[in-house]
Amino acid sequence: MDINNANQIAVDRIMNARPILKSIATARDLIPGMKDNLFLHAGPPIEWARMSGPLRGAIIGAMMFEGMAASEAEATKIVERGEVEFDSCHHHGAVGPMAGVTSASMKVYVVENAEHGNKSFSNLNEGYGKVLRYGAYSDDVLKKLHWMNDVLGTALADALASSSGIDMRALMSEALHMGDEGHNRNKAGSLLYLKLLAPLIAKTMKDNSAMSEVLQFLGDNALSVLNPVMAACKAMTDAAHGVEGSTIVTTMARNGTDFGIRVSGLGEKQWFTAPAEIPVGLFFSGFSQDDANPDIGDSAITETAGIGGFAMATAPAIVTFVGGTPKDAMNATLEMYEITFAESKFFTMPSLEFRGTPTGIDLRKVVELGITPRINTGIAHKNAGVGQVGAGLVRPPLKIFEDALLAYAEKYNL
Amino acid sequence: MTVIKWNVRAGTYYDSVVLMQLQRGLLELNGVLDAGVVMATPANKDLLATNNLLPENVSANPDDLLIVVKANDDASAEDAISKVDELLAKRKSSSVSQDFRPRSLSAAVKQLPEANWVLISVPGRYAAAVAREALELNKHVFLYSDNVSLEDEIALKKTAREKGLLVMGPDCGTAIINGIGLGFANRVRRGAIGVVGASGTGTQAVTAHIHNLGAGISHAIGTGGRDLKSDVGAITANQALEALAKDDETKVIALISKPPSPDVATQLISAAQSTGKPVVIYFIGYPPPARKIGNLHFAISLSEAAELAVKQLSVNSNQLSINNNKGYLRGLFSGGTLAYETLLGLQASLSPIYSNGPITANQNLKDPLKSEAHSIIDLGDEFFMVGRLHPMIDNDLRIRRMKQEAADSEVGMILFDVVLGEGSHLDPTGELVPAIQEIQASRKDIEFVAMVIGTDDDPQNIQSQIEKLQEANVTVFRTAAEAVEYISLKFNTNKKNEFTPVDLEQLKQPLAGINVGLESFYESLISQGAQAVHVEWKPPAGGNEKLASLLAKMKK
Repeated sequence: MDINNANQIAVDRIMNARPILKSIATARDLIPGMKDNLFLHAGPPIEWARMSGPLRGAIIGAMMFEGMAASEAEATKIVERGEVEFDSCHHHGAVGPMAGVTSASMKVYVVENAEHGNKSFSNLNEGYGKVLRYGAYSDDVLKKLHWMNDVLGTALADALASSSGIDMRALMSEALHMGDEGHNRNKAGSLLYLKLLAPLIAKTMKDNSAMSEVLQFLGDNALSVLNPVMAACKAMTDAAHGVEGSTIVTTMARNGTDFGIRVSGLGEKQWFTAPAEIPVGLFFSGFSQDDANPDIGDSAITETAGIGGFAMATAPAIVTFVGGTPKDAMNATLEMYEITFAESKFFTMPSLEFRGTPTGIDLRKVVELGITPRINTGIAHKNAGVGQVGAGLVRPPLKIFEDALLAYAEKYNL
Repeated sequence: MTVIKWNVRAGTYYDSVVLMQLQRGLLELNGVLDAGVVMATPANKDLLATNNLLPENVSANPDDLLIVVKANDDASAEDAISKVDELLAKRKSSSVSQDFRPRSLSAAVKQLPEANWVLISVPGRYAAAVAREALELNKHVFLYSDNVSLEDEIALKKTAREKGLLVMGPDCGTAIINGIGLGFANRVRRGAIGVVGASGTGTQAVTAHIHNLGAGISHAIGTGGRDLKSDVGAITANQALEALAKDDETKVIALISKPPSPDVATQLISAAQSTGKPVVIYFIGYPPPARKIGNLHFAISLSEAAELAVKQLSVNSNQLSINNNKGYLRGLFSGGTLAYETLLGLQASLSPIYSNGPITANQNLKDPLKSEAHSIIDLGDEFFMVGRLHPMIDNDLRIRRMKQEAADSEVGMILFDVVLGEGSHLDPTGELVPAIQEIQASRKDIEFVAMVIGTDDDPQNIQSQIEKLQEANVTVFRTAAEAVEYISLKFNTNKKNEFTPVDLEQLKQPLAGINVGLESFYESLISQGAQAVHVEWKPPAGGNEKLASLLAKMKK
């Protein structure tokens, strides 16, 4: 068996994947295996008892959004009676930031990989403040979710339907040249996204005041494009999963309790997990490290696809997360070249003389060098519903890579 | 007739500055008349159209990269299009943040692509793996680490030899490449003396002394202490000799080692002869076969090795012709000490060599009556003397033995001594020459060499004795030393190197090194003005042996 060959195939699939944001759909209509009592969540699979505060809060909120419960107490009882099911977004081609909770009635982005044909999904981004993805489920949170589903979702659906779709790879590579790294900073990408959508929305929306609200919402939210970006990364990395013999990591995800990874040459649902670490970073005023929840969210899919923390060198505006100077940012990216198999053909960084971003985390290199991937991340409050308290850096536990290597050795009789 | 070719890369975004550079790169290619590389927005397409660079049937969207080339002919256009990726990938990574300390060799190479050497000083059990990786990356290796197994050393050196790379070490303390010292090295001026050293401090002592004598060093190539053992077979020393032989800047070579294995010494001496340059050899503790054999000079101390090397810089050396005698030498002596001295001299060049008066046990000839391979026979030995006169008086035994040797088709040269003086036979050549001529009638290929010991006052008339020999085409010498030099050159058996030679041009590039291990070696490279990157090395998998052994199986 030739591992390098297999890995080349896997990274080529990541790089050559051509994610096109095609449409908006209702989760139950398009996400494979979706059903009314199923709640998808970020990270590896987890049972209710072990869920952290923000994830529980988001599930309660989603049940209320679905009209299954009117209160936290009622939702909890329904869960405890076993009437709802949970599963990892990743088992359904989906991803979601932070809690990542997606329920059957929610509108989701549909990204199609024009190169390999696979589809991926992500929910819509709610913006800042009290939001479901951080476990908030107050009335205003639910009200916004309904507006997003009914007004924003419909506007986006019509706009996308009137186009041939948005080429996410082109958008992402342009955004990387504008100071985004695609995970913690999506300012440029969101503006590019708005630029592409605005003419389409203007053409398809009849109600000017609703249109103004939609455009304002998209423009104000520097994370508008995060969810389509994540879905695009998901489409890219899913295309690379299942290459026999490959040691490329195809998923990194956290559910607020565990950090999990999957590896291309190992099983579809074979997760390697360990307790998630608490991110280290900068906090909004009034919050501190003590308020931080263990690492949560599917957004590490960006690093898995070769951007985010791996592309720090191109995002000088957020160098404070990595030590404060552009040189630290540069070194952060250089470090990630140590554990990746390839350099992206499409995502390049001006500050490194247009070198491609480190792409395709190689399990072997992580274990050999003891260097774990750097993940840029938002930090959730440990209590449900408080919201984001900061942003910073986190790394997965080394142990899950070692476990994966042992499993690989067993599967391939090494 | 001009042609236009184009290529559309869907969903590929590049900044316009990059694309303008690409465009310029395409224009520099042979046969390319014009080129346009743009994101295919309507405005950009208009621009191409204005310049007659927009083919009619192109379909490309604003997210697509459109590459158009106008060229003299199809081939040039296609060639240009095929170079796009290469041009896009062209960038220097050396200007990248120099304070970043890579953790792996592969990352270090990306940081310093011009690196031609990897210095390795990690603990021995990890060193071979690092060296293997360095060779895979096509870098020469300076392997300071010790406790590397003999098997690993042999395997590494064989791999290196295949690729025309050097593995200096393991346990190599000293080298000087292009004026830059690696490991422990003195600051010496550059010059015309090349050194091959299997001994670190030996190399230091010699190079320092050469410097102090006013001369300088081209390269000092270390080999590691075990290179000259039979198992390794002087792979690195041979490569180094060959490289220095070809190097125009190197005029004289010094070869320094602790005692080599005899077979290796023989082979190396032969290789040194083949360099065609003066080579000063000092095998510490190994008896010098002579002071001089052709272009080879044998030193008796480190300082003398340096002195001899410096002296050779100003000597116009007349290269003695080397003819390959492919047969065996049979030396048939009447004088025991002459036989012994000849054996001592020839054992360095002729292998295997046997004698009934051996210097080392493995030279012992099993049956004095039957020569094997190269043989030096003392016919005056008491074994032959039972009921017989000494061969200095009676030529019969020697004549019979000459004929016996000549009957052996593998024999290529017969050497004998003629000892004149009181007590000796009054006309030894009168009996020997007819026998030689008889042999020559059937074996024209056998060369005869004689050493004649005597004075012009001796009763035999030394002049006529010598003339008779010479008339019979016998090559005559008056001392054993001269005969040894002559024979050594005749039997030079150095085979043509069938391996990839070390790339001299690459060796002469300014030294740029990747250091894995002792940080002081990195600092020393930097302080000598060499480019260097230090790898923040840690044992693989944090020293977890189970994981490390799995990883070793997963390298490919």
